[in-house]
Amino acid sequence: MNQSDFLKVVLPFKDKVFRLAKRLLVSTEEAEDATQELLFKLWKNNEKLSDYKNVEAFAMTMTKNYCYDRLKSKQASNLTLVHSNYKEKDTSLDKRVEYRDSVNQVHQLIENLPEQQKLIIQLRDVEQYDFDEICKMLDMKPTAVRVALSRARKTIREELIKKHNYGVS
Amino acid sequence: MELASIEKLVKKYLNAETSVQEETSLRNYFLSDNVAPHLDEYKLMFSYFQFNKDETYTKTIQLKPENTKRKNLKWLSVAASVVLLVSVYVGKTKYDEYQERVLAEQTFAKVENALKMLSTNLNKGKSAFNNLYAYENTVNKIFKAK
Repeated sequence: MNQSDFLKVVLPFKDKVFRLAKRLLVSTEEAEDATQELLFKLWKNNEKLSDYKNVEAFAMTMTKNYCYDRLKSKQASNLTLVHSNYKEKDTSLDKRVEYRDSVNQVHQLIENLPEQQKLIIQLRDVEQYDFDEICKMLDMKPTAVRVALSRARKTIREELIKKHNYGVS
Repeated sequence: MELASIEKLVKKYLNAETSVQEETSLRNYFLSDNVAPHLDEYKLMFSYFQFNKDETYTKTIQLKPENTKRKNLKWLSVAASVVLLVSVYVGKTKYDEYQERVLAEQTFAKVENALKMLSTNLNKGKSAFNNLYAYENTVNKIFKAK
């Protein structure tokens, strides 16, 4: 597999890797570093890459493991995550600007979920993978995925309603 | 889509029983402008998901390792080993020189001592010759007297 072939395989899902990394690592810079690192790791193993049926799922699993490792080493060195900056770089989506504050609310709510639920919400609701793929990526049973996803969705919804009512009354 | 069927789908959605297609139709509904007010929270959720999907990795993908750093490290170790070798070599020669000098001083002292001893003994022997002179003088005197 040469460089251009590799890029052809990788380019369609590099954004997904980045978003998943960002979901777990929170800061954009860290997510960028993680993405770069992961793509480079994939490239180093490119001879073995053709043996995998689903490179994308493999890459997502790698991303998950890599981010978990990063988080672990962070906790070990007693660094806390600083994430006061929720602004997104894109400003092209003018029509959604009015939603931004409330949309960022959702971001924060997802931030507060346990890591596994974060992952599943990201993979399912943002990237729209089907359950089989998610099971493979996370090495989980389908029922466990469904339970976690349902819990995550319910939590987000309840929190949103709570905030909404609080704002009104 | 009808509100009733949307509500049914929403319930399924919360229990994570919807398929990807059903979720797509939910998404389309909630991203449209006429959402029923009591389902407002889903509008936020789905617009966030949509919004999040627009985020992309904009940096260029770099497939070669950051050469400079690694090369520097490599060269640094080469340089360090060279310095180590040179210093060991220089140190060894200096030490050898020092050892040689100490040895030379020692042998010099020994030779000096030996020579001193030789000279004192020679002087002792020489004083013995004086007696011989006395003998010769008397012999000469006797022969002259004849």
